[in-house]
Amino acid sequence: MQFYIQQILNALQVGSVYALIALGYTMVYGILTMINFAHGDIFMVSTYLAFFTSTLLLSIAAGLPPLFTFVFTLLTAMFGTALLAVLIERLAYKPLRTAPRISAVITALGVGLFLENFMVAFKPVGPAPRFLPPLIPQINYDLGGVTVSTIQIVIILVSGLVMFLLDTIVRRTMVGMAMRAISWDKFTVPLMGVPVDRIISLTFALGASIAAVGGTLYGMAYTIDPYMGIRIGWWAFISAVVGGIGNIRGAMLGGFILGFVEIFTPVFLPSTYRDFIAFSLLLLLLIFRPTGILGRPAPQKV
Amino acid sequence: MMHPVLKRWGLPLILILIFPLTIVLPATGLINPYIDLVLKYIGINIILTISLNLVNGYMGEFSVGHAGFMAIGAYVSSLLTVLVFPDQAGPFLFPVALLAGGAIAGLAGLGIAIPSFRTRGDYLAIVTLAFNMIIKSVLENLDIIGGPRGFLGMDKLTTLWWVYLWVIAVVFLARNFVFSNFGRGVLSIREDEIASGLVGVNTRQVKVLTFVFSAFLAGIAGGLFAHELQFINPRSFTILKSTEMLVMVYLGGIGSLGGSILGATVFTLILEGLRTVLQQLGISQEWRLVVAPLMLILLMLFRPRGIMGLREFPFLMPRSERPEALLEHKRRFIAAQAEKGGGS
Repeated sequence: MQFYIQQILNALQVGSVYALIALGYTMVYGILTMINFAHGDIFMVSTYLAFFTSTLLLSIAAGLPPLFTFVFTLLTAMFGTALLAVLIERLAYKPLRTAPRISAVITALGVGLFLENFMVAFKPVGPAPRFLPPLIPQINYDLGGVTVSTIQIVIILVSGLVMFLLDTIVRRTMVGMAMRAISWDKFTVPLMGVPVDRIISLTFALGASIAAVGGTLYGMAYTIDPYMGIRIGWWAFISAVVGGIGNIRGAMLGGFILGFVEIFTPVFLPSTYRDFIAFSLLLLLLIFRPTGILGRPAPQKV
Repeated sequence: MMHPVLKRWGLPLILILIFPLTIVLPATGLINPYIDLVLKYIGINIILTISLNLVNGYMGEFSVGHAGFMAIGAYVSSLLTVLVFPDQAGPFLFPVALLAGGAIAGLAGLGIAIPSFRTRGDYLAIVTLAFNMIIKSVLENLDIIGGPRGFLGMDKLTTLWWVYLWVIAVVFLARNFVFSNFGRGVLSIREDEIASGLVGVNTRQVKVLTFVFSAFLAGIAGGLFAHELQFINPRSFTILKSTEMLVMVYLGGIGSLGGSILGATVFTLILEGLRTVLQQLGISQEWRLVVAPLMLILLMLFRPRGIMGLREFPFLMPRSERPEALLEHKRRFIAAQAEKGGGS
């Protein structure tokens, strides 16, 4: 019993990171119907931003309160990543908005691989895996045989808070309304005076900063390397598709489902089968329910 | 003006005359092993590019997982030559192994195509990517064929002349495919799938069969690749390999066989050239891997048509399609019209 509770906690921890990244995929798809394949690598860059910020911060001022280092690192990573995402959107995606839709997808694949290989070749980063310095003191609590660490609590709480905030932004604010309007009808909305370009850039910035929250939290718990964006990014993408791509709550649901797949596969099979299970899930879903769990089918217009 | 006989038989004659060179030059050491290797890579890449161009360029669908089909071709043909075929018969049965690899890859293509063409357009991209990942994952988990360590023991059966023959065969097949009645259907799907369905193209069938043919060609290229390197492992067939194919297709130009040949050649030469340049400059070789994605981005932004998108060299077209034949046809048509007009 304790074993399963422990595993569920682990699954929630992993799942919330997937959910945070899946949100970025789903927001961009919702607004542009474009699969931003570079998003996983933007997440990877965010963990490195967190790594360099925290290392620098702790080396110049060691005695800072942990809450300050954590929040400062988190905000810096969010801001830097958002800037990068807007830069990519403006330089690489925006010129292609009128081109065939597939051009932007190809470009996104290119941007993702570019970020990966650039980080490997770039000397200060390099291919070697790294650890973030401890941002918050790690204390393990033992609750009747179930181990809960402070990191685990922080990851689950912070991601829950961010998801709640995002859901509120999209549902309750003017910006969110503009986003939903653009995803509903791209051609009429500009006539109503909505600054479409600015809202799209904002969507990319928002998606990237949420990924950066995920990146910082992930870096606190696991090692980071330039290729991690591939695996994590793919799992997050599958989460978005499983939940119904374009649907915000679907992405959150999908993230947790994939978290459970990741943690519970090794219980039954060798852990090397994880990718196989996840991608087979994706394939089966695409065949039998291509719109995902919470997605609505889109009618084909002639 | 060219002599008519030369005009008819010029290209086959040149190709036949080059053939002995592909045997003699590497054997006598007139071209060194490195150039031999680069030429073989160019040939293999030409086959891969044509394969992907059929789906992404001619048909206008979007596959990103062709490295998966390549992997199947590579593993199947290697297993055949190493474990099944007797040692002495290896060189003679090599084409059989390649065809078998291509056939299994084609079957896998059928398995992917049937479900994924039922759904929306961009889902093929996701499905093929997932397929690529699954193939890699399966190969890593199959310990009998080496698992993540890879598979080796193949003889170096991929010689320059074999590559040369396969490239000619593939270009010939692809040309006949593209310019056939069936190929018209493929092109019409790219232009407007719904309209082409309305004029009687069986779009589902055309899409599935084109995809299978494309997967078959990728499998053949995979077999050639495996018997050149004599060592394959699942990591050779990742999404990076698929991206390289995409770069070659879009560099050369979509919907063009000549473009595929040029794209594969130029890309291979650029990557090999960079190796030397970076070495001379003392820069780490890791920067080579940055080039392919960067090229892809810049191409999409500034020249999405590639070198010769949607155009074709006349010598790669059937006689009746070449510009001069079309002109001749037009001239005759106008003459006939004038005659009819005069009579009434």
